[in-house]
Amino acid sequence: MKFLNFFLVILVIFNFNFLNANEIKFQKKITKNLRCLICQGQSVYDSDSEFAISLKLIVKNKIDEGFTEDQIYKFLTKKYGEWILYDPQFNKNTYFLWFLPLLLFLFGGAIILKKTINIKK
Amino acid sequence: MRNRIVYFLLVIFFTFVFIIFYKGLNKSNLYIPNTDIKSIPEFTSETFNKKKSLNSKDVFNQNKFYLLNIWASWCVPCRDEHPLLINLGKSKKIEIIGLNYKDNLNNAKKFINELGNPYSIILLDKDGTKAIEWGAFGVPETFLIYKSKIIKRYIGPLNLKLIDEIESYIK
Repeated sequence: MKFLNFFLVILVIFNFNFLNANEIKFQKKITKNLRCLICQGQSVYDSDSEFAISLKLIVKNKIDEGFTEDQIYKFLTKKYGEWILYDPQFNKNTYFLWFLPLLLFLFGGAIILKKTINIKK
Repeated sequence: MRNRIVYFLLVIFFTFVFIIFYKGLNKSNLYIPNTDIKSIPEFTSETFNKKKSLNSKDVFNQNKFYLLNIWASWCVPCRDEHPLLINLGKSKKIEIIGLNYKDNLNNAKKFINELGNPYSIILLDKDGTKAIEWGAFGVPETFLIYKSKIIKRYIGPLNLKLIDEIESYIK
């Protein structure tokens, strides 16, 4: 019986740690995608400015309240605009941004194709 | 012929780059986000003097002009704008609300005792989360509110010119 109790306590502790670790990982993922608006070229995760510290706390609170990643981003873009996200959202303002690499790839491919055809001739 | 085309394209390219950078020179480095916050965010906060909690909706409940000023005793620009706020506070047409940002309460009290108190209510924001509800970056920052709507936002310290602007609004 004693052994069982001990085993249960260990199990609970390990599970708790596991949950906590997951939450920290999730928080890290989100704060790495948030721009620290008053720093230069730093994410909220990297920065120790007052603004970033508060924002980390907000993200933690929102996770505790059960917000999903998208809901947290939505909440913050409502407050600070889309600029706060490192990963730009896919909308009519960013179509060009998202498709430009693909266009360049196709363009480059076309040039290479043309050259190889010319060489074969 | 080919050289001429390359030369022509290069000139166009560099002119284009020049124009972009030249325009960039005149652009302010200060980024002001296009926020959707038009109405007052809802939050509960402790007050400075009395140890009771107030809801933001109860603070800005009348149909008049309010000025929310985010300040801290450790913030040097706040010290500069403080006399301007005291002058503005003399007007009966506007009520100035303070939001004390990440401050030591004793230092904040010393600040108010030393420089005067333009605020009718001072709310406390110990961890900076309330300021984020407003979409603020830090201190000082000021919001002009009328009929529960944010009509103007000032990032950084207020100066005489901005005070004139606020006065022209409340006339």
